[in-house]
This record gives sequence, structure tokens and C-alpha cells, in this order.
Amino acid sequence: MDNRVTTQNSLVSVRNLSFSRGTTKIFDNISLDFERGKITAIMGPSGTGKTTLLKLIGGQLFPDQGTITVDGKNVHQLKRAELYDLRKRLGMLFQSGALLTDMNVYDNVAFPLREHTHLPESMIRSLVLMKLQAVGLRGARNLMPNELSGGMARRIALARAIALDPMMILYDEPFTGQDPISMGVLVHLIKSLNTTLGLTSIIVSHDVHDTSAIADYIYVLSGGKIVGQGTPKEIQQSESEWVQQFMTGAADGPVHFHYPAKDYIDDLLSSGKRY
Amino acid sequence: MTSFLEYLGQSTRISFTKLGRASYFLVQILAGLLSLITRPRLLLKQLYSVGVLSFLIITISGLFVGMVLSLQGYYTLSDFGAEETLGVMVAASLVRELGPVVSGLLFAGRAGSALTAEIGLMKATEQLSGMEMMAVDPIRRIITPRFLAGLISMPLLAALFSAVGIIGGQMVGCGLLGVDEGAFWSQMQAGIDFRDDIINGVIKSLVFGFVSSWIALFEGYDAIPTSEGVSRATTRTVVNSAFSILGLDFILTALMFGEH
Repeated sequence: MDNRVTTQNSLVSVRNLSFSRGTTKIFDNISLDFERGKITAIMGPSGTGKTTLLKLIGGQLFPDQGTITVDGKNVHQLKRAELYDLRKRLGMLFQSGALLTDMNVYDNVAFPLREHTHLPESMIRSLVLMKLQAVGLRGARNLMPNELSGGMARRIALARAIALDPMMILYDEPFTGQDPISMGVLVHLIKSLNTTLGLTSIIVSHDVHDTSAIADYIYVLSGGKIVGQGTPKEIQQSESEWVQQFMTGAADGPVHFHYPAKDYIDDLLSSGKRY
Repeated sequence: MTSFLEYLGQSTRISFTKLGRASYFLVQILAGLLSLITRPRLLLKQLYSVGVLSFLIITISGLFVGMVLSLQGYYTLSDFGAEETLGVMVAASLVRELGPVVSGLLFAGRAGSALTAEIGLMKATEQLSGMEMMAVDPIRRIITPRFLAGLISMPLLAALFSAVGIIGGQMVGCGLLGVDEGAFWSQMQAGIDFRDDIINGVIKSLVFGFVSSWIALFEGYDAIPTSEGVSRATTRTVVNSAFSILGLDFILTALMFGEH
């Protein structure tokens, strides 16, 4: 086992991680560090396994090789009860919000409190209202999840994620499909929660602009490898062609516009038989 | 030829891995049963949606099945002048066979498909995954209460089916066809044995409830989390439950009523 720790202050460290799905290699021997109290972003195009990384950190998937330690504990060697104890200290914001559809907003936020604590209902009420106030949706407590907009659902899910006062929150594509206003609200929320609650945040995203506005450190992933890392400023100035294409959103570059195919002219002139 | 063998081998292997996953899933469900004692509310909610909501379909089907049985039975029995045994014939058919089997099939179609779709969609919308990340075991919180609710509901629904069916049979037999009411009931009383007929019927319905709840929940939990995947899983639930119920019914009947 490789026990190098590059940063003394890292809450999560990933060492020599490899993971594959079927024959596709999703991660190929990568190492990353996530510092305490900071917002670290993992960026890369769709399909690079960003969500998979979060599931590996949360212990929902097992790596083929390598170790992931969270707060000094090797996630994949924990016993089930220990893993569940660790998860109580992690919050995860899913892309869809993952609210329980048979409960209203209030009960959704109260869910982790009711499952894991024996607090009296009056105290749960105060806690739930405080968390909802933090995301600005105290007035929406009686709505059902299907009555919420995508942005609101994510904010409610965020309130639920902070219900147990976690040490870290994992955000899975928090900005995807948001209108500019809800986007602004979420960006502001993630930043302010991180500061006021003293959290550590990991954001997985392909939204270059908004993520680099709040991230302290960025890893850019592609094809199972880290192709760039650094502070947002360093990433902006990166010399890697790949990182440049990703950050500027150019249509062609190291990542080609065309899906691999045979020669265009040949293809047009061929008989059109299926092959 | 080799490709056929390859295909055969591969599909056998896939079926067996699935059976393995299903068995492990069942073990996890059973392991969670004890923890349900402290949270009866979870069970009550499921008893309502799995059991109470199936009342109507079971009652109406039971009534019609009983009425048809009586009608068909009467024509055959009256050829031999034995129409007075109509009561015992209707009751035995219902309690031994039709009650458990037909209500099992209806249960799979009504409640089983709903369970699969619900669990499959919870998986597709990351609700199960979200629970795991909140350190809540989805099997204990979601699956086990539904399983137990199915297990408890099924014998009750089968009993309801048989009871309503007998009433339907009596309505047609005595009301419409003029079989003597006293003979109808007393023949039934004399001909139906509590241990041999009723208990065996209850055992059958318990087995069917166990199997169809297990299949429904597993198919939902194992579904590919897309709309197509959930729709296929729902179909598989109904088809596999029907096959299992009919196949098990044959085996159970052979074991229970063999020596008569």
C-alpha cells in the first residue's frame, strides 16, 4: 500500500486508483488530494467517470486497485457499520436531488435526523426549519418533490445533506440544467455553506465558468487520467492543449468533433449497404 | 453449433448469477426482519398499499369465479343427480386451488407489478443510492417492510377470495339454480376438512405470497435504471410470478393431497 501523503491537511486522499467497467478503463492509476476546508473541483467531459469517483469515495463502488482514505480511514476496508458511521458524516448532493418522492419537503429534510437520532419532534422541527432557512426555502416545507423546480429540488437536497452537520459534502453536477438565477443561488450557497459551516467540498462538474469561480483547486480528468490540476488561475493559463480546449469550449482540438468513422467521400459514394 | 453451445452456456451462467443475487437479496431481507419490530409504522403503511388496496380486485374476482364454478359444477353434477354436493365442490375447489392460485396471480399483477415499478423508479431516480449515502440501508428501510406486507397480505387475500367465492357460488347455486340451501351448506360442512383443506390452502397462499413478493422486489431492485429497464422488470415480475405460482402449486398439491 502506498502511504504517501502529499498534503498534510488532506481530508480525502486517493492513491493509485484504477477502476474499470467491463472492458472500459474509467480510471487509470490516478492520485488526488482533497484539502480540508477547501472547495475542490473535478472537471472533465461527460463520461469521464466523475460521478463514479464520488461513488468510490462514498464506498458505494469498489476500486480495482488503489486506496481511498477519508479522514484517515481506508473506505474500502471499513466494516459495514463503520462505513455507515463514516457516511453519516458525509453529505452527498445527487444530480437529480434524489428526494424521496413519497414525502414532502419537511419530511425529506427530517429524514436523516429521524433515522439517525432520537431527538424529540420539537427539536427536529427547529433543526429542519434552520436548514431550510439556510437554503432559503423555509416557506416551501409543505410542498411535495414533484411540485418543486429542478433548482429548488437541489436546494432541498442540500438542506437534507447538511441536516446531520457533515464534515464534507460531495456535489454531483450541481449546476447542470439550471437557469441563470438558480445557478447563481447554488453557486452562492455552496460557497457560503463551505465557509460558514467549515465544510470540505468536492464538486464534480463540467461547468467551467461557475465552478472555477468558487473552487480553490481544480483537477481536470480525461480518459482515466489527470490531464491538468491547479488553482483556477493556473488552469486558465495551462499550456496543455487539452485543458485549453476544455476551458474555452472549442469544437475541435485534441477531442475531435467527429466520432471515428471511415473516409467521408468513400462513405457517401459507397452503395449504402449495411455492413 | 459452437455458437449455440456458447449461447447456451452464457445464458445458463447469467441465469445462475441472477439466482445467486436474488438469494443474497433474500438473505438480506430476512436479516432485516427483526429490526422492523421497532418500527411497526413502516409495515402498516405497506400493508395498506400492498394489501388493503388489493381488496377490490380480489373481492370482485372471487365473486365471479365462485359464481362460474357453481354454474359449471351444477350442469355436470345434475347429470348424476348429485347437485346437492355443489356446496362441497365449490368450496373445495376454492379453498384448495383457486383461492390461493388465482388470488396469487392477481396479487402478482396488482401489487407485485406496482412494487417492481416503485422500487425500479426509486433506483432510477437515485433515491436508493441517496439513502445509502445517508447511511440508511435501503433494504431495511424500503424492501423488508414491503416483503413482510406481501407475506402477511397474501393468505388474508386468498381467504377473502375463497369466502367471497363461496358466497357467489351459493348465490348462483341456491338462488338461481334452485339447489337446496340446507344441503349446500351441510354438504360443505361435512366435506371440507380444516387440516387437509383449509390449512393446506393457507400454506399454499403463504408460499405464493413469499415467492411473488420476493420476485417483485428483486426485479425492481435489480432493474436497469432506465424507463425501458423498469418496464421490462415489471413484465418479468408478472411473468415469473405466474410461472412460479403455477409450478409451485403443482408441487405443493402433489405433496399435500398425494395420498388421497
